[in-house]
Amino acid sequence: MEYFLQQLINGLSLGSIYGLIAIGYTMVYGIIGMINFAHGDIYMIGAFLAVIGFTAIGLVGGLWTPLAVALVLIIAMVFTAAYGWVVERFAYRPLRGSFRLAPLISAIGMSILLQNYVQLVQGARVKPISPVVQGGFELMERDDGFTVNLSYMQIIIIVLTLVLMIVFATLIARTALGRSQRACEQDKTMAALVGINVDRTISLTFVIGAALAAVAGVMVTMYYGVVDFYIGFLAGVKAFTAAVLGGIGSLPGAMIGGILIGLIEAFWAAYFSAEYKDVAAFSILVLALIFRPYGILGRPEVEKV
Amino acid sequence: MTTPLLHVEQLTMKFGGLTAVDAVSFTAERHDITAIIGPNGAGKTTLFNCLTGFYRPTSGALTLTHDLGEYLLERMEGHQIAHQARVARTFQNIRLFEGMTVLENLLVAQHHKLMRASSFLIGGIFKLPSYRHAEEEAVMLATKWLEEVGMADKADWLAGNLPYGDQRRLEIARAMCTDPRMLCLDEPAAGLNPRESAELNQLIKNIRDQHGCGVLLIEHDMSVVMNISDHVVVLDYGKKIAEGTADEVRNNPDVIRAYLGDDEEEEA
Repeated sequence: MEYFLQQLINGLSLGSIYGLIAIGYTMVYGIIGMINFAHGDIYMIGAFLAVIGFTAIGLVGGLWTPLAVALVLIIAMVFTAAYGWVVERFAYRPLRGSFRLAPLISAIGMSILLQNYVQLVQGARVKPISPVVQGGFELMERDDGFTVNLSYMQIIIIVLTLVLMIVFATLIARTALGRSQRACEQDKTMAALVGINVDRTISLTFVIGAALAAVAGVMVTMYYGVVDFYIGFLAGVKAFTAAVLGGIGSLPGAMIGGILIGLIEAFWAAYFSAEYKDVAAFSILVLALIFRPYGILGRPEVEKV
Repeated sequence: MTTPLLHVEQLTMKFGGLTAVDAVSFTAERHDITAIIGPNGAGKTTLFNCLTGFYRPTSGALTLTHDLGEYLLERMEGHQIAHQARVARTFQNIRLFEGMTVLENLLVAQHHKLMRASSFLIGGIFKLPSYRHAEEEAVMLATKWLEEVGMADKADWLAGNLPYGDQRRLEIARAMCTDPRMLCLDEPAAGLNPRESAELNQLIKNIRDQHGCGVLLIEHDMSVVMNISDHVVVLDYGKKIAEGTADEVRNNPDVIRAYLGDDEEEEA
């Protein structure tokens, strides 16, 4: 029971991170119908910006921790959003209206480019940071001394994700930007005819997705304390799995999918085998694609004659 | 003499070897309903597509002049034509945002105003007073148009679930919410019954009389054309074959031939 509870906590915090990344996939898919394979690497850039930020703050003698975290979050979000904008502007926009595979190939190229760029600039070795937020609550203890911990870091991850989800859901449902995004999703030409700047709406979608991925990157850096240039690939593919599982194109679906993947991974690692936890996550992708390709919250595509 | 609202000069649109619109020139006045008629394939919709930035004309000039300035439509992007030159249109096959509510469809049309008020993002999330004010105004305008088209009780319906006639009227209301100076209607009466068609005539006349908005109309339903248009332009195989008031056009031999065929064919 105690062991189960601990895995639940671990799974939820991991799942929140996948969910934040998955939103970027699902939003971009919703609006332009392409899988942005560079999104995982955008998240990796966010993680590196966190390393740079925390190291820089350490160098100048440190700050009050909440302030330091807030500062790093903002910096990472702004710069990562800029990366997201640039990627869309130069790798995808020129290919809009080209055949369907072109932006996909461009995305894979962009992913390789970003990985190698970070490897060159930052080096291939794992970058550690000193722990930023330590400690936590001991929730309960088993007779044999096993304790269930809820660390402050996990609380931060889960709460921050929850807050961002609410802000984001409001944005999509209630604001002019959200409405124009939904309009572009449904009919881009008609959206242009009522005066929506479709290109700018798509750019903003990438910017928002990248900013959310940056939050995930900062959280992961603080959670695990290490990053390298390759983390984007695995996290990206898992978040993509989460988006597919939840129903690609659906925003709550991405969040639910992310949390499910996090839970499955945590429980699989705990009860079966930690080495094969990635296998578990990807088996889910295969099963989802075979039995429910439109995902949990997605609608099945109706073939129109 | 004042400059006309729309001045089309020598407009030509070619698709490869096919000339869909061939050197067509006409003008449309500010307080007029100008109907564009012609047999199938005459180039009417192509003309609309050039006006609204769907196609870039092969040659020719499209000049729109109104209180906000003078616009050369053939050089502008689609979304600029909508929010700067203020041209709005509807489609032959209805194109609403079906997954959105009726009210949202009308708010999307006022996107520019709202985006500016929301400082492109921040104001919208935190509901700053300036944004709230702009949104209230937008909802008021939307409600006004819903009343005008007689759908005030259906604001929260999903657009895709509306009956056909309502969808047609909603499309016109949405176009009007962009605050246009010229409204292009592509077969608005298609699929409507005679009563709905008569209501539509009244609606289009109101738009001309009360909102200072010129109307350009493609229509096959001759009762609509003859009843409400002030000026008729007839196209056939991409060329303008006649122009004038409804009565003048009705008795024009070229028009009769285009619609009914030559005499020999008729005898056969």
